[in-house]
Formats: sequence, structure tokens, C-alpha cells
Amino acid sequence: MDAKQSRKLDFSPILVPLLSIVVALAFGGILIFIQGINPLLAYRVLFTTAFGSFDGIAITLAKATPLILSGLAVAICLRAGLFNIGAQGQLISGALASAWAGYTFVGLPALVHIPLALIFGAFFGALVALVAAVLKAYRGVHEVITTIMLNSIVIALSDYLTSNPFKEPDQPLTRTPKIQDSAQMPDLLGLPLGFFLAIGLSIILWWIMRNTTTGFSIETIGRNKNAGWYAGISVKKTIMLSMLIGGAVAGVAGAVETLSIIGRFEPAFNAGLGFDGITVALLGRANPLGVIPAAILIGGMRASGSTVQFEAGVAPELVDLLLAMILFFVTAPLLARFFKNRKENVAMTSGWSN
Amino acid sequence: MRTLLEVEGVSKGFGSVIANENISLTVKEGEILALLGENGAGKSTLVKAVFGLVKPDAGTIKINGTVMESGDTAAAIASGVGMVHQHFQLVPVMSVTENLILGDEPKRFGVVNIKQARKEALALSEKYGLEVDPDAIIEDLPVGMAQRVEILKALRRDVKLLILDEPTAVLTPQETDELLEVLRNLAKRGVGILFITHKLREVMAVADRIAVLRGGKLMGTTTPKESSEAKLAQMMVGREVVLRVEKSQAKPKDVLLSIKNLRVSDDRKLESVKDLSLEVHAGEILGIAGVEGNGQRELVEAICSMRSRLSGEVIVKGQEIPNLNPRAAHLAGVSHIPEDREKHGLVTSYSIADNLVLNRFDQAPFAKGWIRNLEEVANNGEALVEKFDIRAPDAYLSASSLSGGNKQKVVVARELSQQLDVVVAAQPTRGVDVGSIEFIHNQLIAARDAGAAVLLVSAELDEILSLADRIAVISNGKIVAIFNSKEADRNTIGRLMAGLAS
Repeated sequence: MDAKQSRKLDFSPILVPLLSIVVALAFGGILIFIQGINPLLAYRVLFTTAFGSFDGIAITLAKATPLILSGLAVAICLRAGLFNIGAQGQLISGALASAWAGYTFVGLPALVHIPLALIFGAFFGALVALVAAVLKAYRGVHEVITTIMLNSIVIALSDYLTSNPFKEPDQPLTRTPKIQDSAQMPDLLGLPLGFFLAIGLSIILWWIMRNTTTGFSIETIGRNKNAGWYAGISVKKTIMLSMLIGGAVAGVAGAVETLSIIGRFEPAFNAGLGFDGITVALLGRANPLGVIPAAILIGGMRASGSTVQFEAGVAPELVDLLLAMILFFVTAPLLARFFKNRKENVAMTSGWSN
Repeated sequence: MRTLLEVEGVSKGFGSVIANENISLTVKEGEILALLGENGAGKSTLVKAVFGLVKPDAGTIKINGTVMESGDTAAAIASGVGMVHQHFQLVPVMSVTENLILGDEPKRFGVVNIKQARKEALALSEKYGLEVDPDAIIEDLPVGMAQRVEILKALRRDVKLLILDEPTAVLTPQETDELLEVLRNLAKRGVGILFITHKLREVMAVADRIAVLRGGKLMGTTTPKESSEAKLAQMMVGREVVLRVEKSQAKPKDVLLSIKNLRVSDDRKLESVKDLSLEVHAGEILGIAGVEGNGQRELVEAICSMRSRLSGEVIVKGQEIPNLNPRAAHLAGVSHIPEDREKHGLVTSYSIADNLVLNRFDQAPFAKGWIRNLEEVANNGEALVEKFDIRAPDAYLSASSLSGGNKQKVVVARELSQQLDVVVAAQPTRGVDVGSIEFIHNQLIAARDAGAAVLLVSAELDEILSLADRIAVISNGKIVAIFNSKEADRNTIGRLMAGLAS
């Protein structure tokens, strides 16, 4: 099947994201120019900082690690036709849970402690997603609404927990104690271990989507729920499953960030990772492998934002602006197609017949 | 007699598809022109051009001798063109009178003068001999009546040329006959009528002249006298079509599908299948004849376990099918050709090959445990594309690129290529070209001869009459009569379908 499919190489999935990036950079360039700065200089600094040296690449990949995971969390749900805006909340829940597991358990070997803390992260990420999943599957409540509200609930709850029961004793700061050394994720070949974990998860999920009956079920429900029901696929189970996978992966994203970079849970330290996941997923065309380059690109921009300010004098908001524009241009055709399909459906049922 | 409509050399393309190619035709005062053609032949496009909804690439359209500015619907209406759409443009909760005046209300001191409007409605219905109750609410009316209101609405605007887009698709045979009578009367009063259809019987019954379209081209213009149903069918498809399906005598055996005291509600929670019992034997085709919306959809979905049963049993090969479990129904041996192939039958963005295993993707040989066997899926796809004559370059093409007939063949291929016990075919040839219809009919007969119990639900009485071995008439959620197809008579069935005692 592969040989025959590749006969007609379709570049359009890559073309739109690339075009979005180019157009966003062009618009960003105009804004930089208005500031009186040479945009080419700014962009050169941006890209050489992110990708120009081994150290730079290492930092970029470290920044990209949680983005790959949160991008995956959004992408898997998109495959099932669900828009998981709640990666942020799931990620925070996972970060806090893994931090708790990281400082609470004492005397475990690292080989046990790190996986245990990661599992805590995955479990509590999935737990947050479970609420939205149940409401969607059994009550038909739209997941965009529930996941947005859950984000607020989780943020408020984590604030409460870190300023009360989980607070680091005898410290003025609102944060948990530092995790044990045994829970600290080490580096491998100068790169964070979590990066390899993220790549591994991407490949596994890509393979599952492509080669397993579970993947086919998720894909079918995402593309045509009615046909899935007709074909005997349980819509409820599929919604539950994909939301839970998404929540668990987002939870792992928070855990990896906690266990390898931050070392404890501090509110606002994970700010935006889950939301950047949405950009990553859309830029990666909801493809589990596509999120990797998308996350690396965005991670690189995040990594070099402050250097650009320092060396070229461009406001650090430039990176946010570029990301927002990329998201805008990537979703514009997505939205266009979405509406077009809608319209076609309407036309099929109530339009003119031949 | 004056010529009302002159279409001269009209062409229209959509991308690479040519919908109309150099079409010329005329409609005179008091004349009924039937525009005949398969789905996709370009009938709608041509009519849209006349009504100003589509801008032709070339050619002119003259109404009453005046060249129409293309894309100007208002001008078309002003010069006396009226259109009755297939899907009624009526407000269901409003009365007949209110619907008739909508958009052009008689006013008194700036307020709608409903008394005056009612008078107008009565006068209008009397003038054209189209009886309707001006106070009835549209949603309470039978479809044929609602259509009458739609026609009156057009006539109220002093229509000289009336266009009807597949007006008989939703009607019972009796209502159809009444409509044809109405059209004849209108023609006598001098109204020119452009009547779109693909039903040969109606064309022969009512048309003064017949224009046949095929693949966007005008194949010719003829009259009922000079032509015959067989000749028209050949003009439509370009080859001889067997209208009467050839099949051998059925050899019914044991009961494979048995439905006992089934009650099902529709989407509005109204009971639409009412204590229905039915048995289908191996080796026979049982046709369910009925006007659409009499519980057929709910019946089919309940048999296939897609819709919840209020009570009653569905038994396949002695095994009861659990409620709301399409997978269980399928595993018990129910093949289902769904009524709406785009909604239920296909994932159009999937390849043909994936669609051909849509409800078997996790069973051997298409999966081994958790892992799909993509090679088997591909082999199966290639084999079925070949065997079921699906017109596609290969099985990896996305199903969305296929024509309606070929999409339906994908569904039929999937459902009839498995072990056949019970086949439930709902509107299996709806929106399908004549060539594919013939093919699908033959496949259903082959399934019957292979020992399957086939339940055929169709809104086309002709399809039921030519395919079924036994015919059950459904009306208002109940089976009101069952005939052997040899004893079946079109009129009796029609009366039963309409809810009249025979």
C-alpha cells in the first residue's frame, strides 16, 4: 500500500504550515522595521541563537520538549474531532502531581522514582481530562467549554494547594518543596532525557494511529462520527479514550518540565506551555510526527526571544507576536476548510438536486 | 402561441466539469416541457441559469423576448418566472394564507391585513382550481398539499413560466397523479411549465415535449407520441437499459429475519414504528413500499440496532439482536446499505480501500489482534473495485472523489461482499445513475439467490415492484398489507401507501 500511496506525493500538508511561517515572518519584519530596526538582523539573531550552535540547539530542544508533548496532547484529540483547549490545565495538574511525588517519596532509587513521578503526572493530567471526556461522551457538553473552564479550576486549585498543604515550609514563596535528587531527570548526550521521551511518545502515537484498530477508530470518529456509529465503533469509548490519552500526555509534559527543568511546582512557571501546544498541534497538522518540527521551531523562538532583545533591541513580545500570527495563518485555511465542509453538508441535504 | 422562454447556446462549466454545453431549447405559452436526465446530467444548472441563480459562460436566455441579464434573479421573477423547489420554502408553523402572502403582504395602515390576505388566498385557489384550506397550518398538511401551497405561492405573483424541480420525489402515486392533473390545467390557462424529473412514467403522462439531457448536452427533443419509456431511457443513458429486472423465481426457505411487535420513536420522540411485526425468509426480497416518513428510516435503524427500540424484538437466525449495538447486529449477520451514504455509509475522506472495510477493520483478515493488516485491506480494496465495477483509477483514491453512483457501489460492495444472512437495503439506488442502478439491482438479486433474506426499503414504487418477491406496504408506522409481487397492483398499493383502505 505504501508504494502505491507514495506515487502521488502530496505536499499540501507541509505547504500550508511553511507558508504560514513565511507570511508571519514577513508581517513581523514589517513591524520590526517600523521600530527602526533591520528585520534581517533581528531574524538572523533569532535563528543563530536558536539553531546556530550546539548549545543553542540543546537549549532549543529543551524548550521544545514540553511543547512536543503538549502539542501531542492537542493533536490526538484533534484526530478524534475534539478540540482540547485544556492541555494547559492538564499540564499544570500533571506538573503539580509529579512535583508532589518528587518531593514526598524519599529513599527511592532514581530508576523507580522518576517513572513513578511521571506516572503521577500522567494520571493527574488524565484525571482533569476525564471530567471533560465524561461530560462530552455522556452529556454532550462541548469540550471547548469544559476544558477552558477546567483550566481555570485547575489553576485556582493548584494555587490553593501550593499556598497551603503543599507549600514549602518556612519560606515566603508560594511554591512546593524541591523534588528529591532521585526524581531529577538527567540529561542524555547533553540533551534532556525528556526530549527522547517526547520523541518516543510521538513515534508510538504515530504508529498507533496508523497501524492499529484503536487508531482507526479514533480517526473514523474524528472524520465522520455517524459513519463510525454505523460501523459499530463506540463513539463514547473513543471520545473517552482520546481525551484520556490527550490528558495523560499533557500531564507528562508538565511532569517532564517539573522533573528536569524547574525542580518543583511554582504557579505561573508553566504558563503558556499548554496553549503553545495548540499552536504546535495545528502547525504540525495534528500529525504526531508533525508536532516535532513544529515544537522545535517554536521552542527555538522561545529560547532566543531574550537574546534578540539584547542584541537587536527588538521587544521580546516579538516572539509572542510571531507565534500568534503563525497560529492565525495556520488556522485560517483550516477554518476555511472547516466552513467549506459545513457548507457542503448543508448543500447536500437541502440544496438543489440534479 | 408565443414563446415564453428561449435558451440559446447556453454553456456552463464548474472547473473541469462541464455542466451545460451549448444547450438550446424553448418553452411556449401553455406548453409542458419535461427536462429529463440522470442525476448530474445538468438539469439543475440549466434551470438555475434560467432563474438567474447561475451565470452561464456563454449563450443567452430570453424571457418573453427580452434578453435576461445573467445572475439577476429579481429580473427573472419580475418577468414572470416562478420556481417550485424540491425542498419547500414554506414556514411550517404558519398558516397557508400567511405563507402565501409572505414577502408581499397586503397592508392596511402599515399592518398586515390578514382578512384581505385570506380572501386573496381563497380567490387564488379558486382561480386555478387548487383546493387548499387557507387556515390550515403547513406542518399539519400532507406533503402533496404543502406542495400545492408552494405552487400557489408562485402563481400569486402572476407567473407565466413555472419551473418545478423534481416535484414528485416526495409524493405518493395518487398525489403525483393529482399534481400532473394540476399541471395540465395550468398549461390550459396558458402557463408555460418546465418540469424537471428523471421519472419516465411521469414524462410520458404529462409532457407536451421532452428535452433529454445527458452529460451536460442536449441529446434531443421529442414528444411522448414519438417516443417510448425504453427509448427515453436509452437517450438518458446512451445504451439499452433493462427496466424490468430479470430475475428467476424466488425460492424462499427458513425465516432469517424476524421482527416482533417493534416500537420505535423518531428524532422528535414521536412513536413512528407502531407495534410492527414482519418476517423475511432466506432467498427472498421483501420490499417495503411506503411514502417517505412513514417509519421506514426508524424501522431500518432499529433492525440494525442503530436506534433505540422502545419495545419488541429483532431476531436474526434465531438470535436476538441487543438494543443499540450496531456491532452486534453486524456480527449476527446483518448487512446494511444505509439510506444516507454520505452520513452513515462512508467516511468520504478515507480511501476507497478503507471504506471497504469500514465495519470490519478490526476483524480477520483485516486485523490481527490490535494491529491492522494494511496489505489485506489493500488487496480487498483492489479486488472489490474490480468485482463491483467501481469506476476509480485505484482503491487508494479518497472516496470523496467518486460520483454518487460509485460511492454507492463502494457501500454495496462492502455490505454484499461479506457472509450474507440478512441484507437491509434502504433506498439503495437513491441519487444513483441508471447504469449503477441496474448493477446494484443485480447484486441484490444475486444476494437473494445466494440465500440471503433481503429487506428492501425504497421510496420508488417501481423499484419495489421490479425487485421484490413480496411487498409489504407501510403506512403511519404499521404494515397495512402484504402482497405477493405477482398479485401486486400499482393502484392498490398506492392507495394503501396514502393511508386509504383498499
